[in-house]
Amino acid sequence: MSTPAIEVRGVSKRFRINQDRQSSLKERLVHLGRPKRGYKDFWALQDIDLDVKDGETVGLLGHNGSGKSTLLKCVGGILTPTTGEIRVRGRVASLLELGAGFHPDLTGRENVFLNASILGLPRRDIEKRFDEIVAFAELEAFIDEQVKHYSSGMYIRLGFAVAINVEPDVLLVDEVLAVGDEAFQQKCLARVRDFQREGRTIMFVSHAADLMRRICDRIMVLERGVPLTTADPETAILTFREHLLGDRLPEGAVLEHGHVVTKDVRLSDVQIRGTGDHGGTHLKPDEPLRIHVRYETDGPVEDVAIALAIYDAQDVLVYSCNSDVIGQPIERLEGSGWLTFQLDPVLVDNTYTVAVGAHSHDVLTEYDYLRGPRFQVVGGGGVVGIANLRPKITRAGPD
Amino acid sequence: MTSPDRPTLVVAPNRSFLERMRAVWQYRELLVGLVRKELKVKYKDSSLGFLWSMLNPAMYLAVFYVVFEVILGSGIPYFVIYLLSGLLAWNFFNGSVTGATGSVVGNGSLVNKVYFPREILPLSTVGAGVVHFLLQNLVLLAALVVFRYGVDLDYLWLALPALAVLLVLTAALGILFAALNVYLRDLQHLLELAMLAWFWLTPIVYPWQLPADQLGARGMSSSLTFLNPMVSIVTTLQRGVYGTASYLDPAGTRVWVLPDGSSLWYLRNLAIVGAFACALFVLAVRVFGRLESNFAEEL
Repeated sequence: MSTPAIEVRGVSKRFRINQDRQSSLKERLVHLGRPKRGYKDFWALQDIDLDVKDGETVGLLGHNGSGKSTLLKCVGGILTPTTGEIRVRGRVASLLELGAGFHPDLTGRENVFLNASILGLPRRDIEKRFDEIVAFAELEAFIDEQVKHYSSGMYIRLGFAVAINVEPDVLLVDEVLAVGDEAFQQKCLARVRDFQREGRTIMFVSHAADLMRRICDRIMVLERGVPLTTADPETAILTFREHLLGDRLPEGAVLEHGHVVTKDVRLSDVQIRGTGDHGGTHLKPDEPLRIHVRYETDGPVEDVAIALAIYDAQDVLVYSCNSDVIGQPIERLEGSGWLTFQLDPVLVDNTYTVAVGAHSHDVLTEYDYLRGPRFQVVGGGGVVGIANLRPKITRAGPD
Repeated sequence: MTSPDRPTLVVAPNRSFLERMRAVWQYRELLVGLVRKELKVKYKDSSLGFLWSMLNPAMYLAVFYVVFEVILGSGIPYFVIYLLSGLLAWNFFNGSVTGATGSVVGNGSLVNKVYFPREILPLSTVGAGVVHFLLQNLVLLAALVVFRYGVDLDYLWLALPALAVLLVLTAALGILFAALNVYLRDLQHLLELAMLAWFWLTPIVYPWQLPADQLGARGMSSSLTFLNPMVSIVTTLQRGVYGTASYLDPAGTRVWVLPDGSSLWYLRNLAIVGAFACALFVLAVRVFGRLESNFAEEL
């Protein structure tokens, strides 16, 4: 393995919070000679070491204020660490600064050139990709208009088109998937996947553990500026959850498999049955199916909800619910038995993975989680997408 | 993906002067792009566009001519040429330093979001100043043609080293003030006043001889005037373009406009200021580097 794409060596970052900031000269003169009043030191990052290999996707996971965004900003060169050193090899771009540096008085065309050069793309490369950028942003008709006349949607589209066409070696993503509308999030996520396929290095910040599990090769968990662990997603998310829920761990509960498991409810088996002729896991489109979940309890459990999620082969969440949100709460579980979800899905030709979970009503305590069994929908004749909307065509006319 | 010539971004406190300069060099295309932006934005919606660049010194010229030649009767022959040869350089210096001082604060949204060597911001203001300066020189050129002014080639070459020193000095102060202004926002206002005083303390509209004589009358050396680094630069430019060091007034007495020195004497003056400017530049970049680490938080 060659030298890592990102090297973080002993990085600490101190923020100095002045109790009374004197930023104007007058204030400083007025306060001249008085003893300097107190300031508070706040270490946002402490002694971080991290290597990110070429082509690897590393996530930074933590709560608000854990320092994950500060670390990302340091890697991006926006903040300078107080001590330590960071080396990033290759062109860095970030999906966080969409349209940063757009000047309202310049035209779209001029801003594309300016924005791309801010992101470090040589001018001749911008010229080569210019048409592609404009086409992606769907702004051919407006590219010579001043940007101040753009709608905010046009503005974001242009910024995004530039950012993804900069062809960075290292991509920094900061919670970008949490903003914007859903279509935009999907576009971002799809682009992140493209980058991964192309072998680019990605550093990803989020507090959404599930998203991280799906995207990252490794995850660093940060807590108040201190790294708790850097490990594979499962182990890292386990550590994260331990620290998230560690304080309110119920008596006798254990931590297992990434969850606080009180073992009050255990899910031991999931079976999928189509209701059609062969009753197996190969379904025809529109064929209703039943998902049977085996539960076991030691005593009566009242604070419980059973969750169900279905992912397609591309790991896109197709559907997710729990017994509470569909308005069929479970009164109590006792002993062992089977719960059955009866589904009347409208799916297309694909392979689907089922995951089930048991958790408390407030979702803070997770009893168990099971993911794995699959079923397939076969047929449907050329209908693609994630859902079959079962259109019917009617017509009136000719008039 | 791995190409050996991939640029490496080093993020660390206390990077050396050379490392910082290398980073600026890597981003030279951005520097050019920002200069272009600055020029475009400035004249975007004005109908006269770049003509404003030239109207400004022309207007100054007219006012100073009326005040100093017509009203006060300074008697300097070809006053227009004399004035322009110093005034244009001063305009560049004043405009660039003042503009650069606000450049980091004014681009706060960029500084908060994207990495690039921050020195690029004040440097791009200076770069735009260079373009304006070159345009304004068309006014000087026009004046030389209109007056059929004979330029002394023995001294004209002095203008080049003088402008080089001026450029370094301007960039140094621009970088220094840009960083300080993030923490002391009133610096911008203070600077305007300081620049006004500095202008009148520099022999641009009056001959160098006047303050030199005043010093001499008080038993002090006239070389004290050169404590103002702009004096060396401006007088050298005047010597190069205007050329005439002295003239005979109507009464027949010789009046000195510029110091009576050889081109080497002027060059020596420049060398001293040049060394000072270079040292100031290194210092400015180091101070900038120290203060830079908190830019994103202060903006």
